Amino acid sequence: MNRIRISRKLAAVAAAASLVAGLSHAEETFRIGVVSFLSGQAAESFGIPAVNGAKMLVDLFNKGEGPAPYNKVGFGGMKIEPIYVDEAGGATKQVQELRNLYDREKVDAVVGYVSSGDCLAVAPVAEEMKRFLILYDCGTPRVFEERSYEYVFRTAAHATMDNVALGRYLKAQGVDVKTVNYINQDYAWGHDSLRDFNATMTQLYPNATTGQDLRPKFGAGQYGTEISALMSKPATVTHSSLWGGDLQALMLQSAPRGLMKRTQMVLSAGDHVLPGLGKKMPDGVILGARGAYGLMSPDTPLNRWWFSNYEKRYDVYPVQAPYRMVQAFMGLKLAVERAMQANGGKKPTPEQLAAALKGSEWESPAGMITMANANGHQAIQDTAISKTKFSTKTNRVELVDIVRFKARCVNPPADMSSEEWIKSGFKGAQC
Amino acid sequence: MLLLTILADGVIYASWLFIVALGLTLIFGVLKILNIAHGSFYAVGAYAAASFVAWFVSMDMAPEWSILAMLMAAVATAALLAPLTEQGLLRFFYGRDEVLLVLVTYALFLILEDVTKLVWGPTPYYVSEPYTLFGNIEVGPLFYVGYDAMLVVFAILCGIGVWWALNRTKTGKVVLAVIHSDEVASSMGVNVSRIYTFAFAFGIFLAALAGALTAPMVSVQPGLASGVIIVSFAVVIIGGLGSIQGAAIGALIVGLARAAAVHTWPAAELFSVYVAMAIVLIFRPEGLFQRVQARKI
Repeated sequence: MNRIRISRKLAAVAAAASLVAGLSHAEETFRIGVVSFLSGQAAESFGIPAVNGAKMLVDLFNKGEGPAPYNKVGFGGMKIEPIYVDEAGGATKQVQELRNLYDREKVDAVVGYVSSGDCLAVAPVAEEMKRFLILYDCGTPRVFEERSYEYVFRTAAHATMDNVALGRYLKAQGVDVKTVNYINQDYAWGHDSLRDFNATMTQLYPNATTGQDLRPKFGAGQYGTEISALMSKPATVTHSSLWGGDLQALMLQSAPRGLMKRTQMVLSAGDHVLPGLGKKMPDGVILGARGAYGLMSPDTPLNRWWFSNYEKRYDVYPVQAPYRMVQAFMGLKLAVERAMQANGGKKPTPEQLAAALKGSEWESPAGMITMANANGHQAIQDTAISKTKFSTKTNRVELVDIVRFKARCVNPPADMSSEEWIKSGFKGAQC
Repeated sequence: MLLLTILADGVIYASWLFIVALGLTLIFGVLKILNIAHGSFYAVGAYAAASFVAWFVSMDMAPEWSILAMLMAAVATAALLAPLTEQGLLRFFYGRDEVLLVLVTYALFLILEDVTKLVWGPTPYYVSEPYTLFGNIEVGPLFYVGYDAMLVVFAILCGIGVWWALNRTKTGKVVLAVIHSDEVASSMGVNVSRIYTFAFAFGIFLAALAGALTAPMVSVQPGLASGVIIVSFAVVIIGGLGSIQGAAIGALIVGLARAAAVHTWPAAELFSVYVAMAIVLIFRPEGLFQRVQARKI
C-alpha cells in the first residue's frame, strides 16, 4: 500500500516537474539588445526606420508569421525579447551600454550600430567578453581589415561596395569623366568613402583628375560656401557620401542654385532622403543605397512580403536602414535555429551561435547575404545603382536606369583588403 | 573673382551666424548666463516655423505670407518658452555660481531636445517654399539664391534695430544700466527682474528667428540644436561676451575665415574658425569689444 502511495507521489512529482520543464522551455525567451540612433541627427534617416523594421519583424516572428524558412515562432520556438538602446552619445558611452546589455540585461545577442566609430569601439569589447555581436549597418571596411574576431559579425557589405559600384555604373552608362569633385563629411565614413571612390576612379578613369576635395563637418547644415566652391570649378562628376539631414540640406540648397546642371552628382548612400524630399530632389542624380534596397530591391516573394508589410505599417516604403536591420535579424534567426538543431534544442551559447553564423548564407529581401569575407564574419551582397526621376503619376521620386552588380563584382575577395583590391585593378572580380 | 566669391559666401554665412549669436550675447550681457540651451530655442524656432508655414499653406495663403509665418513662429516660441524658462527655472539660480547656470542651461538643452521630439516626432519637416521666393542673383559665374540676400538684409536690420533700441530708447537705456550694474540699477528703482525677463525673451526670440530663417534651407529634424551652439560661442567669444558690435564683427571674422578656407584650403575649414578665435584671444583675451573689467571683491 505504502509502495503504491509512494510511487503515485513520485509519478505526480515527475509529472509536475515535466510540466514545469515544458512550461519553462515554452517561456524561454531570446533576449536581443538592439542598438541604433533613437535621437540626434542619425535618428530620422537611419536609427528609427531600422528600429521600426526590427519591431515589425519581432512581432511577425513571434507570431510565427514569417514566410519559410522564417516561419518558426520567434527564434526556434523561443519568443524574441528585444531591448532597444539609443546609440547617441559617442563611442565611450556605447562601450558602457554594451557591457550593460551583456552583464545586467543578460542579452543573448546584440544587433546594432550605425556609426563606424561606434563599431570600431564596441567590436573589441564584445570579443573580450566573448559575447555575440552583429554589426548591422556601419560602413567602414576597417572593422575586419584591421583585426579578426570570433564573436563579432557584420551582416551587410561595407562601403567599398558602394563606391566601386558607383564607378562601375558611370562606366556602364558611358559617362566620360574628366574631373571629379568631392564633398564628404570629415570623419571615418566620409574619409573611407572618398578613398574608395577616388581609388576606383583612378582604375576606371586613369586620366580623370581630382578637383575640389571638400570635407564639411558632420551636421554642418549650411553648405552655401561649399556649393559656391563646387560651382566655380565644376567637375564632370561630384561625389558625395553625405547622408541624413546633411544630404537633405545639400540637396535643398544646391538645387535652386543649379549645381546639378553643371555637374553629375553621384551619391553613395542617397536613397533614404527620397521619400522625404519628394519633388525637391533633382532629377538625374545617380545614387546608391548601400545595397539593392528600397526602390532598387529585387522583385522576389520575400521582398514583396517585407516591403508591403513595412509600407502598410509605417505608411512609407522601407529604405536602406530597415533592410540592413531585417537581413541581420534573418541571419541571426537562422543561425540560432541551426545551432539549436546541432545542440539538441537548447538555447545556443555565443560559441555555438558564432559557429552557426560563420560563413553562412541566407536569403534576405535584398537578395542573398553571404558571410564570405573576414573568415566568414563579413557579408557580401549584390547591389544596385540608379538615377532619380520624379514621377507625377506616383507622386514620388522613382529610380530609373537601374544597373545591378553581383556581390563578387563589387566586393573585395576574402584574401585582400579593399584598398589592395581596388589598387590591384579589382583582381578576381566576377562581373 | 575668387575674392568676391569668398566675400559673398562669408557675408551670407556671417549673417546667419550673427542672428543666432546676437541673442546669445544679449542674454549674457544682461543676465550673465552662458546659455547652452540657446541652440534648442533655435531648433524650436525652426520647428515652429515649419508648423506655421504648413498652417498658412493649408489655408491656401500665397507663399509670400510664409515670411510672416516665420516671424510669428519666432514670436510664439519666445512668448511661450521665455517666461516658462526664465521665471520657472533660471531665476531660482540667479546669484549662484556661473558654472552652475551653465549646467542648468545644459540640462535645459537636453530636456528641450526630447521635448521637440515628443511634440514634432523624429520625422523631418520641409519648409522650402520661402527659399525660392526671392529668385536667384547672378554674381560672376555663380548663382546665389535671393533668400540669402534677404538673410543679409535681415541680419543688418536686426543689428541696427537692437543697437537703436538699446542706445536710443528709454527701455534700452534701462537695460544698459542693468548690464552695467544690476545692484545700482535696482537701487535707482529699476525693476531688474522684469528687465531680465524682457532681455531673456528677446534673446530667445532672436534664437527662434534664426531657426525659423534657417528652416527653409534644411530639413527640420532632431539634432539641429547641437550644430549651431558651438560656432555661435566662437562668435561671441571673438567679439567679446555681451557685445553687439562684437557679435557682428565676430560673425564676419568666422564667416570670412571659413569661406576663405573652403575655397583655398578645404581641409582647414573647421580649423580656420578656431585659429581666427585663437589669434583674437592672444591679443584681446576679453574679446574684441569687451572692456577689461576690474574684478569685484
